[in-house]
Amino acid sequence: MAPSAYVWLLLGAAYFVVPLYATLDFSLKKNVIGTPCCTLHNYGWVVHNGDFWHTIKISFLLALETIVISLVLFVPTIYWVHLKLPKLRPVIAFMALVPFVVPPIVMVVGLLRTFRGTPHWYYGTPWGFLATAYVILAFPYMFFSLDAGFRSIDVHTLTEASQSLGARWTTTLFRVILPNIRSAALAASFLTLAIVMGEFTIANLSAFHTFPIFIQYVNESQGFPAGALTLMSFGITWAAMLSLLLVGRKRGARGAVIAGAR
Amino acid sequence: MATLPFFVYTIAFLFVPAGAVMLGAFQDKHDHATFSNIKLLFHHPYIDAYWGSIRISLITATIGAIFGMFVAYAAIREGTPRWIRSALSTFSGVAANFGGIPLAFAFIATLGPLGVVTVWFRNAGYDLSTKWPHFQLFSERGIELAYLYFQLPLMILVIAPAIDGLKREWREAASNLGAKGWQFWRYVGIPVLMPSFLGAFILLFGNAFAAYATAYSINQGQNIVPILIGAYYTGNVLDNPHLAQALAFGMFLVLALMMLIYIPLQRRSARWAK
Repeated sequence: MAPSAYVWLLLGAAYFVVPLYATLDFSLKKNVIGTPCCTLHNYGWVVHNGDFWHTIKISFLLALETIVISLVLFVPTIYWVHLKLPKLRPVIAFMALVPFVVPPIVMVVGLLRTFRGTPHWYYGTPWGFLATAYVILAFPYMFFSLDAGFRSIDVHTLTEASQSLGARWTTTLFRVILPNIRSAALAASFLTLAIVMGEFTIANLSAFHTFPIFIQYVNESQGFPAGALTLMSFGITWAAMLSLLLVGRKRGARGAVIAGAR
Repeated sequence: MATLPFFVYTIAFLFVPAGAVMLGAFQDKHDHATFSNIKLLFHHPYIDAYWGSIRISLITATIGAIFGMFVAYAAIREGTPRWIRSALSTFSGVAANFGGIPLAFAFIATLGPLGVVTVWFRNAGYDLSTKWPHFQLFSERGIELAYLYFQLPLMILVIAPAIDGLKREWREAASNLGAKGWQFWRYVGIPVLMPSFLGAFILLFGNAFAAYATAYSINQGQNIVPILIGAYYTGNVLDNPHLAQALAFGMFLVLALMMLIYIPLQRRSARWAK
C-alpha cells in the first residue's frame, strides 16, 4: 500500500470517527458536568420517555405507509414501461430527477399552498399530508432501484411464459414478476425507511410531531439524553442501510444509495 | 394505462405544488400579479441569504469533491486491500444518509462549547474559539464542517465507479510509451475523470444548497435561504407567504441551472463507464 493512501484513509477515518466518539461520550455522561464516566442513565431516560415511543411509532408507521403506496404506484408502472412502453422510460427517468430541482424545502412550500383548506383527515394528519409528500421524496430512489431490478430480468419472456400457461395479469405480477424483483423492491423499501425515519424539513414546516422533531426538541432542552437519542437514530439508519446493502448484493439493486434527511 | 396512476400522482403532488410555488412568487397578498416579491430577493437580508447558501455549497462541494476523490482513489488503487474498499463503500452508504438533526448533535458534542474536542484543546491550554483558527460551531465555518460529513461520503459513492473505469491497461500503455506518472494523469487520468468529477461536484452543490435540518439544528439564526423559508412557516412572521414562495422559487432557479449543466456532463462521463 502506498504511503499517501495511508494518509488519506487515516485522515478520512479520523474525521468520521471523532464525532461518533464524542456523541458516545456525551451519551454516557451524568447530568452533572464533571462527574466521572459512565452511566446508562441517559439511555434509560430515552426508553422511559413516552414521547420517544409515540413519535418513533408515528415515523415508523409513516415509513411503512410510504413504502406500501410507493410500491403500489411504481412497481406496475415500471413493469409496464419495461414491457410495453420503453419509449416512456426516459420520461420517467427525467421525472425522477425533478426532486433534485424541487428539494423538500421548496416542495413543502408548494404543498402547503396547494393543499391549504383541504379536509382535516388529509391536511391535518401525518397519514395524509406527510405520507403523500414522502412518496415523492422516495420517488427517485424507488425508480432507480426498481429500474435496475427490472433491467436485470427478462420481463418479456417471463410474462409470455406466464400468460401462455393461462395466468391473469394479477397472477403474473404477484407470482412471477414480484418474486424476481424482490431484492430491488426490498432495497428501495429500506432506503425509503431510512429517509422517512430521518425526514425533518417537511415535518417541521407543516408542524407534525415525528421522530426527528422529537430529537430536535431533546437537542434543545437536554444535552446528554440527546447524545443517547442521536446514537439510537444513527443505529436505525445504520440498520436500514446495512439491510439494503445485504439484499442488494445479489442483484443490481444498488442503483441509488444516496438519499438522506439533510 | 397502467402508468396512469403514477402520472396522476406525480402531477398532483409534485408538479402542481411546484407550479404553485412559481405562481405564488409572482403574486401579492390578494393574489394579484406583482414583481415586488422577486425584487425584494435582491435586497438585504434575502440576497445575503442566497450568497450565504451559495458560499456554503461551493466550499463544501469543493472540499468534499477533492478530498473525497483522494480518499476514494486511495481505497480503490492497486495495493490497497479489498476489505478497505468494501468497508469504505458500506460506511459511505451509511454516512451519506447520516444527515440532519442527529448529525448536528454529533458536531455539537464534538466542537460545541462543551464538545469533546473543544474540551481536549481547552485542557491543553488552547482555546479554539479565541486563538487560531477562531473556530465556532455556530458559524458558517461550523456548518460547513458538519456538511462535509455527508458531502465526502456522497463524493466517494458517486466517483468510485468512474475511478474504477480508469483501466489498468491505460496506465501500462502509457508507461510502455515512456510516460511518467504525472504525464499519465495530465493526458489520460484527469481528462477521463473530469466530466464525472464536475458532475459529482454539481450533485454535491445541490445537496448542500437544499439542506435545511443540519444548519437549522446547529444555528437557527444562520442566514441561508432554507432557514429563511422555514422561519416563515415555523415562526409567527407569516404575514406574506408569497415572499417565502419567491425565496423557494429562487432556490428552484439555482438548482435548475445546476441541472442544465449536470445532464450533458452525465452523458459525457457515461462514455467511459463499463
